[in-house]
Amino acid sequence: MSTVKIPPVLRQAAGGERTVEAKGANVGEVLTALCEAHPAIGKQILTSDGELHKFVNVYVNDEDARLMQWTDTPVGDDDTLLILPAMAGGQ
Amino acid sequence: MSPSYQDLIAAAREVIPEVEPADVASRVASGDGPLIIDVRETAEWDQGHLPGAVHIPRGFLESRIGGTAPDSDQEILVSCASGQRSLLSAQTLHHMGFTNVTNLAGGFARWKQNNHPVEVPRILSAAQRSRYSRHILIPEVGEEGQMKLLDSKALLIGAGGLGSPAAYYLAAAGIGTIGLVDDDEVDESNLQRQIIHTTDRVGMNKGESAKQAIAALNPEVQVNVHPFRVNRDNVLDLVSQYDVIVDGADNFPTRYLLADASLMTKTPLVHASILRFEGHASVFNPYDGPCYRCLFPEPPPPDLAPSCGEAGVLGVLCGVMGNIQATEAIKVLLGIGDTLSGRLLIYDALGMTFTELKVRRDPDCPSCGPNADLQLRDYEAWCAGVGSHDHAGVSA
Repeated sequence: MSTVKIPPVLRQAAGGERTVEAKGANVGEVLTALCEAHPAIGKQILTSDGELHKFVNVYVNDEDARLMQWTDTPVGDDDTLLILPAMAGGQ
Repeated sequence: MSPSYQDLIAAAREVIPEVEPADVASRVASGDGPLIIDVRETAEWDQGHLPGAVHIPRGFLESRIGGTAPDSDQEILVSCASGQRSLLSAQTLHHMGFTNVTNLAGGFARWKQNNHPVEVPRILSAAQRSRYSRHILIPEVGEEGQMKLLDSKALLIGAGGLGSPAAYYLAAAGIGTIGLVDDDEVDESNLQRQIIHTTDRVGMNKGESAKQAIAALNPEVQVNVHPFRVNRDNVLDLVSQYDVIVDGADNFPTRYLLADASLMTKTPLVHASILRFEGHASVFNPYDGPCYRCLFPEPPPPDLAPSCGEAGVLGVLCGVMGNIQATEAIKVLLGIGDTLSGRLLIYDALGMTFTELKVRRDPDCPSCGPNADLQLRDYEAWCAGVGSHDHAGVSA
């Protein structure tokens, strides 16, 4: 099981959790498991085709998954996935 | 009998050769001069000195010479006002093992009489030395760095949650000019975090209110109040008047506008954003590291990007993140340290954790990539357009 860090805007959809454990051998599988466990998250981060929206950044540990093998990027039990949408607040 | 002053001078002359100002001047002019150590007191040095000279007051000569001249065979010329203190100083260096030490004949007085070039250092006033003494003590800042800050201009977008602490500390640090862009007025609900404002200034323009606070803290700072929203018609004029942008905006159209304007004017952008207990911070150096769009190619839709007014923010978080921005702005202005360029710092106040993510330049970036056709656009429409993503079913 790898750890998925949930950003503040998705925490309500994750039942208020800041981190969620999810199974999967790569980024795509972990996100699928996450969205099955928390369907409200899927509604926010996936397109109607089941693809990740472009505004969602996914990091495996400290590296951008887009710059590795994107959803095929392998994920081990000790890895942490971070879902990162941009935040606009400043005031 | 103990030796008199004259005896000491005479003894020093026997071991230290003297060099005429004209000979030194021609070598300095051809770029072939020796290391020149000026051993006068600070007040004398401040009146002017030989070009390129290094100032080590005589009282600090033994302790500081090693840092300036690590090689004992290096050619060193010592100078003072008339050539006497420098002669004794040169003898000290000779005793310390420096093998190639000479003395400037007649000192700075004769140098000046012969109309050789003189460098007059720009100096801090006594009041500035006192006010900024803790900065001056830091080797990475020093008097030179403090003067750089006094000459610097920082543009703060928003005098709100992030802008309040950033403006306060940048003003305290002696940033010479601070521009405050905000069309909003101080509201009672701001005071939980926007600490530059006060209860009796509710209703005042935020830039004006911040200007009053800064004037009380550091009247030396020039504050330019820009009481309007930054937009594509005014952004380039505005940004090009400043050395660094501190982005404390509260909406995506302004953030993407600033990101592009930063690239177009080659002005570094210090980024932070906040929500509830979480803050992001980074630095975007134009074409020297990733830009904001390399990190976030598109903004999320409005329901995934609530403002602090909609979702709330811990007041203290603004202080932490605004001061990270102020820190980074100072480093950018001084050219010191490692900034957050190429890194996104995430602060989670609930877990009290700082996480760093790597941010790399996107070779296909539509703003800073080699094939980018960068021009200012209608950012409101663009954000609304890309933000209207369909929200879909679960299957991944």
